[in-house]
Amino acid sequence: MNIVVLVKQVPDSSAERVLRSDDNTVDRGSASNVINEMDEYAIEEALRVQEAHGGEVTILTMGPAGASESIRKALSMGPDRAVHVLDDALHGSCALATSRVLAAALGTLKPDLVLCGAESTDGRVQVMPHMLAERLGVAALTGARKLTVDGTSLTIERQTEEGYEVVAASTPAVVSVWDTINEPRYPSFKGIMAAKKKPVQTVSLADLGIAASEVGIEGATSAVVEQSKRPPRSGGQKVNDEGEGGVRLVEFLASEKFV
Amino acid sequence: MAEVLVVVEHSGGEVKKVTLEMLTLARELGTPAAVVLGGPGAAAPLVDRLSEYGAVKVYAGESEDLQGFLVAPKAAVLADLVRSAQPTAVLLGSTQEGKEIAGRLAVKLDNGLLTDVSALDANGTATQTVFAGSTIVKSQVTRGLPLVTVRPNSLTPAAAPATAEVSPLEVAVGDSAKLARVVERKVEPKGARPELTEASVVVSGGRGVGSEDNFKLVEELADLLGGAVGASRAAVDSGFYPHQFQVGQTGKTVSPQLYIALGISGAIQHRAGMQTSKTIVAVNKDAEAPIFELADYGIVGDLFKVVPQAAEEIRKRK
Repeated sequence: MNIVVLVKQVPDSSAERVLRSDDNTVDRGSASNVINEMDEYAIEEALRVQEAHGGEVTILTMGPAGASESIRKALSMGPDRAVHVLDDALHGSCALATSRVLAAALGTLKPDLVLCGAESTDGRVQVMPHMLAERLGVAALTGARKLTVDGTSLTIERQTEEGYEVVAASTPAVVSVWDTINEPRYPSFKGIMAAKKKPVQTVSLADLGIAASEVGIEGATSAVVEQSKRPPRSGGQKVNDEGEGGVRLVEFLASEKFV
Repeated sequence: MAEVLVVVEHSGGEVKKVTLEMLTLARELGTPAAVVLGGPGAAAPLVDRLSEYGAVKVYAGESEDLQGFLVAPKAAVLADLVRSAQPTAVLLGSTQEGKEIAGRLAVKLDNGLLTDVSALDANGTATQTVFAGSTIVKSQVTRGLPLVTVRPNSLTPAAAPATAEVSPLEVAVGDSAKLARVVERKVEPKGARPELTEASVVVSGGRGVGSEDNFKLVEELADLLGGAVGASRAAVDSGFYPHQFQVGQTGKTVSPQLYIALGISGAIQHRAGMQTSKTIVAVNKDAEAPIFELADYGIVGDLFKVVPQAAEEIRKRK
């Protein structure tokens, strides 16, 4: 089974993240950048499927030159190779344009299974799996907490507001995963060394037959017109419990009309 | 005035609160028209409630196909409706399903999309909070109509009774939208508590709660306040509480009137999911815990002493 895992490099959510002041896009230059956490679970799931069913695991990343660090990190977990869609014109691409680029890249890779994280920590938009499935005309099984592969049939269990659903489809398909699906492995020293020699193919927009005007800020279908820092919450009252803490708490709640 | 389509979130024959919020918002933008997508008979029990909040029309898309497959058939029906009704805006709930339908709709219509919107003005400018609530942005769809998903608890729903005319939709779903088949839909009993993302009060427990058993304390306070129960990632990872109640970056984002954090240190992972709550209260024994930087009212103390005493005091006042 040929598997492609989508990996996105994002600003580290434990550091301060900002939008650029010139064009209101995510500042990917100043913050420290990491693999989107949920994508590590997708890589792990891909490796488990590969271990059980064979085939090849390819990492697919769209991002600036610096994303190559995250690609190496992803490869050190065990995937076979990577494709990096790299083009200056991609800067500022909206979700819709991003899905166009990734769908074109997936079209050339022809995977049986596309695995990805359910959301990224920067945008948290959660739409990419369905956008890709819509463009590719394949099934999307989203938000999986469990994936079962049996030949060409795929079954997932996904959490819903009311409980959970079991959803089935045949390959090819896009499957997105939550962090409840597995426990990602740490790269071994051997894995880290091997990753340095694994092939990483760089692909440009021209290679994919997409014009620069269709992506990036120029081709964006939505735009941030204004940004401001949310005023930091000023810590309010802080009191030490000296035996009456519970009562004081309720007094506060009552003053705010919650009790 | 042109129609504003509001895609109805419903469950068990009831309209979810986010839908009432969207109808309230839609009235500022145009004529609210609700769109029910579901199985046969899905619309009838919802019409009165939708009318009460100002829907002048209810488009009823009812078919086994709409509930037998994941979102793709719903997006297909909605795309046809947008093309024929030519609305000024389309609003969906910023929930898993709402976002998924919106993503497919955006591709089908080649239309921009804004998610997690907390306000939308008449010229289509949306307000979103990003980066764990640290940055507020104003955004616009620059291609197509405003297609937005609205974050639950963004505004207070207000009734504005109208008489909705029910307009059945033709549901013609091609095979390409029927690739992901729902084999089983399991409803887990959730008791009388409100849904986490819609609750006006949320009481959450963290690692400091210490055990699954101790979460009863969190539940007790939540029940006394008519609230939902949440949990930090640390508590979920420790097996104290199920994952569907996780609040934070890899869980739910909540924005209640009152958020009470018990034994939660307030790591960025957690703050990302609750920072936009209106009033925040924290109980933690560590005076240096970052949660106190956010809390409108913080108690430095042992939650096992403070919470039972608070529960007792609430009972007394009732």
